[in-house]
Amino acid sequence: MAAPVIDTLAGERAGKTPPAPRKGGRFSVHFAHYKWLYLLLVPGVVYFAVFRYAPMYGVSIAFKDYVPFLGVNGSPWVGVQNFTDFFANPDFPRLLGNTLILAFLNLGIAFPLTIVLALLLNEVRLSVLKRTVQTLVYIPHFLSWTIVASLSFLLFALDIGPLFQFLNNTMGTHIDFLSDPAWFRPLIVLQEIWKNTGWGTIIFLAALSTVDQDQYEAAIIDGAGRFRRVWHITLPAIRSTIIVMLILAIGQMLNTGFEQIYLMTNALNREVADVFDTYVYFVGITQGAYSYSTAVGLFKSVVGIVLIFGTNWLAKRFNQSGLF
Amino acid sequence: MKIHNTRGGRIFDAANYLFLSLIGIVTLLPFVYVFAGSFATEAEITRRAFFVWPEQFTLGSYEYIFATPAFVRALVTTILVTAVGTMVQLAFTVTMAYPLAKKSLRGRNVILSLVVFAMVFSGGMIPTFLLVKDLGLLNSYWALILPAAINPFSLIIIKNFFQELPAELEESAKMDGATEIGILWRILLPLSKPVLATFALFYAVGIWNDFMSPLLYLSDNSKWTLQMYLRQVTAASDLLGTGNVDPNYIPPEQGIKFAVIVVATLPILIFYPFLQKHFAKGMLIGSVKG
Repeated sequence: MAAPVIDTLAGERAGKTPPAPRKGGRFSVHFAHYKWLYLLLVPGVVYFAVFRYAPMYGVSIAFKDYVPFLGVNGSPWVGVQNFTDFFANPDFPRLLGNTLILAFLNLGIAFPLTIVLALLLNEVRLSVLKRTVQTLVYIPHFLSWTIVASLSFLLFALDIGPLFQFLNNTMGTHIDFLSDPAWFRPLIVLQEIWKNTGWGTIIFLAALSTVDQDQYEAAIIDGAGRFRRVWHITLPAIRSTIIVMLILAIGQMLNTGFEQIYLMTNALNREVADVFDTYVYFVGITQGAYSYSTAVGLFKSVVGIVLIFGTNWLAKRFNQSGLF
Repeated sequence: MKIHNTRGGRIFDAANYLFLSLIGIVTLLPFVYVFAGSFATEAEITRRAFFVWPEQFTLGSYEYIFATPAFVRALVTTILVTAVGTMVQLAFTVTMAYPLAKKSLRGRNVILSLVVFAMVFSGGMIPTFLLVKDLGLLNSYWALILPAAINPFSLIIIKNFFQELPAELEESAKMDGATEIGILWRILLPLSKPVLATFALFYAVGIWNDFMSPLLYLSDNSKWTLQMYLRQVTAASDLLGTGNVDPNYIPPEQGIKFAVIVVATLPILIFYPFLQKHFAKGMLIGSVKG
């Protein structure tokens, strides 16, 4: 220990930075040199240990019968009992169906719309218009789901909502958008489109801005029209971005968005509204079935990880650049 | 490059401009309606299906909500929690980002890997809830701030930003006898103001908009935040079959719903131009690629 101390003092006397300890030296020397940095690291490391990694350890209650006063460690192990209970429960096929239908509606409608909107914005040469439209369509992304749900409640309300009145006056229909189970999914997808389509275009517009302009000139000389240029130049140029975003979207498929679904769920539409995320809340928090609901959550995360690696593998199989 | 535009191309452009303008307007319409409705009388809201300008202008709805203690309490609470929470979250993120920006620091790679793993896998709702409960944070505002204290994405972007600052700055400060904490405080933070302001805004928006944390952790309805209050006010009474709503609650009139929505939305709209300035520069894009 003596040598580095003298070294440090000598450095300071000479008005120079103490030399960093050489690589592979003793850790105590390294630590003494970087003590302030290690001190700064403490709050962050404690945060990750407590709020990120402790809950991961807490996932072990999925294999236990969690009793609050016994704690995570003291509760008895029950093996895969919670999982077999869940798979045997009639709720399971219903939740899986509801979750997958919403996921495919979002993938099939909201995802392509994002690309279409980005392509249309990319064709705009009037920059004032482009910037104005972008500014407007990005806004809803920053609003809370509570606000989105509240706006929906006002616009689609029975009797007094503008849409109800409009349809009533023009076609004489009485549609109870908010509690009719048949309207639950269209409303969810509509909200998703309104809130996130604009925001989603950012990544595609960034990819579109890197497309080589010379290719368009060459295509024009060859007599290619607007649509052929988009089809043969623009789309292939952003193919890898589309695939990466698709992999990410598929990996997130089972994450239907707790807040959105919870806020739009009511006593009348539970049958179609319940998804894994809200089920974990209702069964876990409001009914106190902690172990069982943790098992449901764990099942969902594991399937999510399998999906993301699976699509990545498929993308590579088909000679596309994957995510990793 | 000048593109020779054909007749078909011009028709497409016109249709495209019209369509995109419509998209922009449709996106905005719900706000315009709610904003107009918040200044309209109750009678007008129920009589007219849709309007963007009230016939009779009134501040009645705002007078009512600002005279309602539960609303004022929720608003003040949310402003305070957002202000304190943003500072706490930014402090946690910056103090961790700075040491991790030092490539020679031992243990750095292990910590970074653990951070990245935490982005992919999380304990989930119930284990996190039980942790917050065991820490005695239920019905405490810290439960809205601490579990989200560091966003791993923000952490890594700020770390990369520090890493790209010229090393000479720090070396000259060290010659003057500054410690690492002094360097961070007096040199790096002033240099990173725009970046930190952006992440502060993102954290602030996150806390302001958060509905799940108060729903999970604040069962005492005298502690509710604005989003919880908004939920209670705007969900029609017959829809409230899903729990966590005050049973003694009497549903308000229409105008009040409009006014509460406007108050909950306004701060986001005010700060939106500042947010947009930065995300438009591609900062977020970099985070996705890197």
